[in-house]
Amino acid sequence: MLLFSCPNCGPRDETEFHYGGQAHVPYPKDTDAMTDKEWAEFLFYRDNTRGDFAERWVHSTGCRQWFNMLRDTVSYEVKAVYPMGSTSPTPGGQSPAGQFPASTVQTQQKGAQS
Amino acid sequence: MAETAEMANARLQGLRRSPAVHLWEKFEQESVAGSLGVTLREIPFLTMVGVRVDPASETGARIAEVVGGLPERCGEVGGPLAEGEATGTLWLGPEEFLVVGPAHGKGPDLLGRLLEALAGDAGQVVDLSANRTTFELAGHSALAVLEKSCALDLHPRAFTVGTALGTEIGSIPVVLWKLEAERFRIFPRASFADFVGRWLLDGMREFASVEVR
Ligand SMILES: [Zn+2]
Repeated sequence: MLLFSCPNCGPRDETEFHYGGQAHVPYPKDTDAMTDKEWAEFLFYRDNTRGDFAERWVHSTGCRQWFNMLRDTVSYEVKAVYPMGSTSPTPGGQSPAGQFPASTVQTQQKGAQS
Repeated sequence: MAETAEMANARLQGLRRSPAVHLWEKFEQESVAGSLGVTLREIPFLTMVGVRVDPASETGARIAEVVGGLPERCGEVGGPLAEGEATGTLWLGPEEFLVVGPAHGKGPDLLGRLLEALAGDAGQVVDLSANRTTFELAGHSALAVLEKSCALDLHPRAFTVGTALGTEIGSIPVVLWKLEAERFRIFPRASFADFVGRWLLDGMREFASVEVR
């Protein structure tokens, strides 16, 4: 059993959480102009990363809030937990407050989901 | 004579069945006395009001006034709201709270006062009294019974008196509230009351027999 650190509730069993897929997938700007192929790719195509992967989780049994998590898909090590709406703390993505890893868990921002 | 709303209400109150009423006899029979004792009972029909509001907003402040302060973080309980039975406001999320008060007609009109405080602003005040029922598990072995199937750290060091947390007991989502060192309130949704009731009874059973040394 993995322990995930919910930004609101602290460490809880992974069974209390639900997976929300890859994080930071931007909603297309002009959906009317998209072909069916592009739309299908936006809906269904996701990275299948070996290593650090930014993903969304919701603490469904607890506070019912979403957050982002950077997880190593090989070792399952949780490398960062950071609020919805902030950028990925991976190389190339900017950390929410220039901090890494997530011993500095941030309180979640309201409403924003990305 | 025509039936008034009050008469209809009184009649309906009489018709209500709490979700675990069929287990009350078993709860009584299978509660365990003595040094390894543990008791289980259902407390029916407590008033529960679901509140969703931004606690930092003006609306949040008005609601906080009604309930004697909203809890600020996970685990905290605001209140109490009345004398006698344990009442309070449980933290369910940063903007979601569960107000637990005395049974209908036995205390202040919580729902009415909360709706008045919300005043139609952004947020929600919903009567959830029929959503969950209330179990009380108490006694020297209560903690041991819970620890069989609740993955939370229930050690008194981590789970202190007065704390309430959303969790799972026997894979069923519940809210668990520690009233005293050996007295817990468990709030399962009504449809899970039978399962959770029987599940806890099963967990209590070993304490009824003499310990093998
Ligand atoms: Zn949480």
